[in-house]
Amino acid sequence: MVVTDATTGIVPFVDRQNIARRAHVWLAVLLGLTCIASLAVGASGTSLWGALLKLVQGQELSLTEQVVLRDIRAPRMIMGVCVGAALAVSGAVMQGLFRNPLADPGLLGVSTGASLGAIGVIVLGASLPAGVVAIAGDGLLPIAAFVCAWGCMMLLYKVSTRAGRTSVATMLLVGIALSALFGALSGVLVYVADDLQLRELTFWSLGSLSGASWVKVSVAGPVIAGALVLSCTLGRGLNGLALGEATAHHMGLPVERIKNIAIFAVAAATGAAVAISGGIGFIGIVVPHLLRLATGPDHRSLLINSGLLGASLLLGADMVARVIVAPAELPIGIITAVMGAPVFLWILLRKRGLVDM
Amino acid sequence: MLHAQNISVSYGATTIIDGLDFTAQAGALTAIVGPNGSGKTTLLRALTAETSFSGTIQLNGLDISNTPAWVLASQRAVLSQATSLAFPFQAIEVVRLGLQSGAETNDHLAQTALHRVGLAGYEDRFYQELSGGEQQRVQLARVLCQVWQPVQNGTPRWLLLDEPVSSLDIGHQLMVMRIARSFAQAGGGVIAVMHDLNLSAMFAQTVVLMSQGKIVASGAPATVLSDHNVTRAYQCEVRTCTQPAADEWFMLPQAAGLVP
Repeated sequence: MVVTDATTGIVPFVDRQNIARRAHVWLAVLLGLTCIASLAVGASGTSLWGALLKLVQGQELSLTEQVVLRDIRAPRMIMGVCVGAALAVSGAVMQGLFRNPLADPGLLGVSTGASLGAIGVIVLGASLPAGVVAIAGDGLLPIAAFVCAWGCMMLLYKVSTRAGRTSVATMLLVGIALSALFGALSGVLVYVADDLQLRELTFWSLGSLSGASWVKVSVAGPVIAGALVLSCTLGRGLNGLALGEATAHHMGLPVERIKNIAIFAVAAATGAAVAISGGIGFIGIVVPHLLRLATGPDHRSLLINSGLLGASLLLGADMVARVIVAPAELPIGIITAVMGAPVFLWILLRKRGLVDM
Repeated sequence: MLHAQNISVSYGATTIIDGLDFTAQAGALTAIVGPNGSGKTTLLRALTAETSFSGTIQLNGLDISNTPAWVLASQRAVLSQATSLAFPFQAIEVVRLGLQSGAETNDHLAQTALHRVGLAGYEDRFYQELSGGEQQRVQLARVLCQVWQPVQNGTPRWLLLDEPVSSLDIGHQLMVMRIARSFAQAGGGVIAVMHDLNLSAMFAQTVVLMSQGKIVASGAPATVLSDHNVTRAYQCEVRTCTQPAADEWFMLPQAAGLVP
């Protein structure tokens, strides 16, 4: 029975705002647990608990323990958190910007641009000047991917902006065209690649955290962290844009600035994530969608929750990828899709009414 | 006061409004009426800085071309003709969007606004599941939240409404017009683009009649909405009357057809 306050006529109701705020806490706890599990699980028999016990007792860690925990699992865990959060938050920002739950960073050609850079290095790396290769070292591939993602973004932005106003519709269409073009160029490179390069390309295109290192974390981490902080300031702005640009302007929101921040934050986060981990699909679409069904579309909480859940899911998928065919590894993109797709379908079917809105 | 001087708006080579002057006073409801395509909505879009225009528009003495969006938003709220909404927001969540930054947690205000537009108990209903009229009232509640106090620090605030009753039944039309009138009576300014001449005459202190991008008459409803003016502007025959007891103006369209 609904009880109405006789003096104000105010009716109590279940407020999704409170559910979304509680979800911050639960998802933060989930991420904490997943991080610990990620440090504890791996192909080698090294035990996190054994190492912690040794540290508590003041004993020295063995060389294997040091290498496995400090140099392999720890950077991999942090990279997983960064990439998962970057992909999920970028997805949520893109969907808010384009007012469409199907948008993701791939739509703008940013991911395809990054892929082109990476594929270029894999296939043509041997013919690059020796000096360039020597200076960039292992960082050549992520740097090329990041530069190409940014180049793509700048081109897109330049073409879609006239007289200081960025047209979201033009940007979408140009993004689709650029994606097709970069996809075709990547196709040419794949066509001329040899067998060994093809295997490397396949692994890269499905994504993996296996190449994690402190160097990669220290380069991509700050870029992603900065982009995520910037993205999380967009909550109110993206809520306003849900009513359309004109209404958002009437509500006093700096529409052009919101669009610019959104575009550059997504380019930075996605560019850096794809550069260090390859093309990991599904997280950017699924995570914001699930959260919107559970806690509502308010971007002020959606962006934070997307970051937390995206990071947890990617770490979880990475753990499965590491142990399921140990000592070998599966590309993580296979795991995110195989685990994520059935769950996503099940939830979509259960909440079909909400999805159709 | 909202004062527009020598306003022109063109879309490409087509001029919609040409050199128009317009003034609305706070404390009054000003209705802009006129046939389809007469430039009413375009004028309102210029007044809200939504479309680019030439000329000068001043809101409470501020030149709207040089005033940041957030300052304008603190002085006026705008209800558009139709507002599409992406994502499944609940009614209360839509209304909360109208709360100014810092007041976002003031849920009581959002709920009171919903109550005021006759939608108490609709808080957790999904916006997309509501009827067109209910959606329009949810948007009105959002707009009211933005300028809840009609006068703030001695400065009047403004409601700019584009066809606020177009999707509503007669009972809710009266409800919305009463809300607008009480906002004006409390010292705020209301400018409403209207199609219903009877409602305009009933609630507005000033009626502005537009035709072909120009203002053809402006002033008290009974003067502006004369048989002659309405017939010429709308190209149809009407008969206007005044109910003797209440001294209220009303109009009946005539079935005889278009003016030759």
